[in-house]
Amino acid sequence: MRVLVILEERGGHISRTSWEAATAALRLAPMQEITAVVIGAQTELPAAEAAAKAFGKVIRVEHPLLAPYTSDGYCAALHQLIQQEGPTQVVFPHTYQVRDYAPALACRSGQALIGDVIEIADGPVFTRQLMQGRLNGSYRHAGNGPCFVSVQAGAFRAELPDAAAATPIETFTPAIDAAQIRTRPGEPFRGSAQTVDLGSAQWIVSVGRGIREAENLPLVQELATALGAELAASRPICDNGWLPMERQVGSSGQSVAPRLYLAVGISGAIQHLVGMKGSQCIVAINKDPDAPIFEVADYGIVGDLFEVVPALTEAVKAAKQ
Amino acid sequence: MKIIVAIKQVPERDAQVHIDSSGQWIEEANLQYAMNEPDAYALEEALQLKEKAGGEVIVISTGPERVSQTIREALAKGADRAIHVVCDDLAARDALGVARLLAAAIQPESPDLLLTGLQSEDLGLGQTGVIVAELLGLPHASLILQVEIIAKEGSKAQIKARRELEEGWFQSIELPSPAVLTIQSGGNKLRYATLMGIKRAKTKEVRTVHAADLGVSAAPAVALEAITLPKKQKSTQILNGSAEEAAAALVEKLKFEARVL
Ligand SMILES: Cc1cc2nc3c(=O)[nH]c(=O)nc-3n(C[C@H](O)[C@H](O)[C@H](O)COP(=O)(O)OP(=O)(O)OC[C@H]3O[C@@H](n4cnc5c(N)ncnc54)[C@H](O)[C@@H]3O)c2cc1C
Ligand SMILES: Nc1ncnc2c1ncn2[C@@H]1O[C@H](COP(=O)(O)O)[C@@H](O)[C@H]1O
Repeated sequence: MRVLVILEERGGHISRTSWEAATAALRLAPMQEITAVVIGAQTELPAAEAAAKAFGKVIRVEHPLLAPYTSDGYCAALHQLIQQEGPTQVVFPHTYQVRDYAPALACRSGQALIGDVIEIADGPVFTRQLMQGRLNGSYRHAGNGPCFVSVQAGAFRAELPDAAAATPIETFTPAIDAAQIRTRPGEPFRGSAQTVDLGSAQWIVSVGRGIREAENLPLVQELATALGAELAASRPICDNGWLPMERQVGSSGQSVAPRLYLAVGISGAIQHLVGMKGSQCIVAINKDPDAPIFEVADYGIVGDLFEVVPALTEAVKAAKQ
Repeated sequence: MKIIVAIKQVPERDAQVHIDSSGQWIEEANLQYAMNEPDAYALEEALQLKEKAGGEVIVISTGPERVSQTIREALAKGADRAIHVVCDDLAARDALGVARLLAAAIQPESPDLLLTGLQSEDLGLGQTGVIVAELLGLPHASLILQVEIIAKEGSKAQIKARRELEEGWFQSIELPSPAVLTIQSGGNKLRYATLMGIKRAKTKEVRTVHAADLGVSAAPAVALEAITLPKKQKSTQILNGSAEEAAAALVEKLKFEARVL
């Protein structure tokens, strides 16, 4: 086995999801057969960070045209690296950046990425979610050539052995021409003014598409008020403009960890769960007993929110008197 | 501008899905289907671009006969014509296989812009648009919320798009046409089909192409071997009874067991 793990940087350090992906790679090969890859215009620091772990080696893929990130630059550079190294598997963290280029990179090798993997069993057999988390699918690589895999955030706990001796670090300089880079990305900016800080809220009532219409929102607002909770929402509620985006919980919204997170009419898609899984106590109200939200809930009520929520508001008011 | 929008038909969001007897796919017999939500946003973006700058909006979908219903819906909303790539073994193809079908059918049309949804609600691969771009040799940007044409020279246009990043961050990204954009939901407001639109859709062209005639490989690089029910991570206490009983029981639990009230 020759496994390449592509590590990403975040805030000047290798990201937690990258370490998780590297840990997942241990299901494919022992540490000595795993090569950590850092990529960018300047890779000295992340390379040193990676070399502190007992990888077989670390490769710095470095070129001035690799900053800022572009799919064209990364695909060109990593494709050349893959041709040189001939890996059996290439493993990534499933980040927005990886979604943007890994499918094209895999295609360049005649392969399809097995994306957003949550489990790796012997075979190897890769498990990923289907139907918005309601089912799991097991996948096997059937092609000749490297198998490309991305790993869902939080699915593996980062646990990597430290290096006993110095991990060798190599530098790989890809041949990239400025004309190959066709997109011009701008600087990241914040979407909206952040006037509510859901991150520090102790009680959150969060509402999803089960509420059906904006006119029904007061129903959950009353529950939130009774609990002294902040009102939050899943993405479709904010997409529809029913609540401002700053109240969205999830991978593209805010991450929260209140004492109580009460999810009303929310199915529990992974992009929502990553933003609230860390809550101390999770309650779900949903009419579908198989909704994935129940996989992470401590307490659940299976029923029609239009009956349950008003009843709960009354019960909370009574208890608080 | 000639804009192609790739739309996928997927099981309706609230549909009960059951694993079929092969254990490799879901029972399709009594399923209701709908347009994949991000694709509806991609179609809306395309229709708005056409309203601003003129041109043509073509929808393409690959799948069995039933897909024509979703194609009609897109035509009723305002797409000008459609391509139906008839394919009965979609579930056996991987993302690369489906992208090859779409790319082969799109290539002769030479669109200025191809919009796809970010991700399908059934398989959730989030790959097809990016692969089609690679196969057609076009630049792409993913996770796009809004599209603007900022400069036009002859048939070439410069595109500026708003791209979503993680945790409430965005960036704008520029790229030359022809290009592929994968559209995230929420960037605009979806329109409904009007009665007039539904009537007109009946007369619009739907060209059918058969997957077998496109000359692309159906051999998958990754194979879906089995479908299973997810394992629970936590043991959930389900509170039963009438709404009032369940609510009262929950408040008790939150107060005295979880101690969060
Ligand atoms: C890149 C990306 C980023 C994303 N980022 C986010 C994010 O940050 N946050 C986020 O939330 N989502 C995000 N999403 C979207 C996510 O995948 C889901 O589509 C979304 O979370 C679904 O929202 P929902 O649960 O409210 O709606 P649905 O999935 O439609 O669920 C509605 C639920 O309500 C229940 N229900 C319906 N009627 C009733 C009733 N009368 N009583 C009780 N229950 C009822 C149904 O059983 C169902 O479970 C993202 C997606 C992508 C691809
Ligand atoms: N069978 C299909 N027909 C048309 N478009 C498709 C099909 N499958 C995927 N797509 C497009 O590719 C996007 C991403 O799908 P996926 O890669 O399956 O998540 C969808 O939102 C569609 O725009």
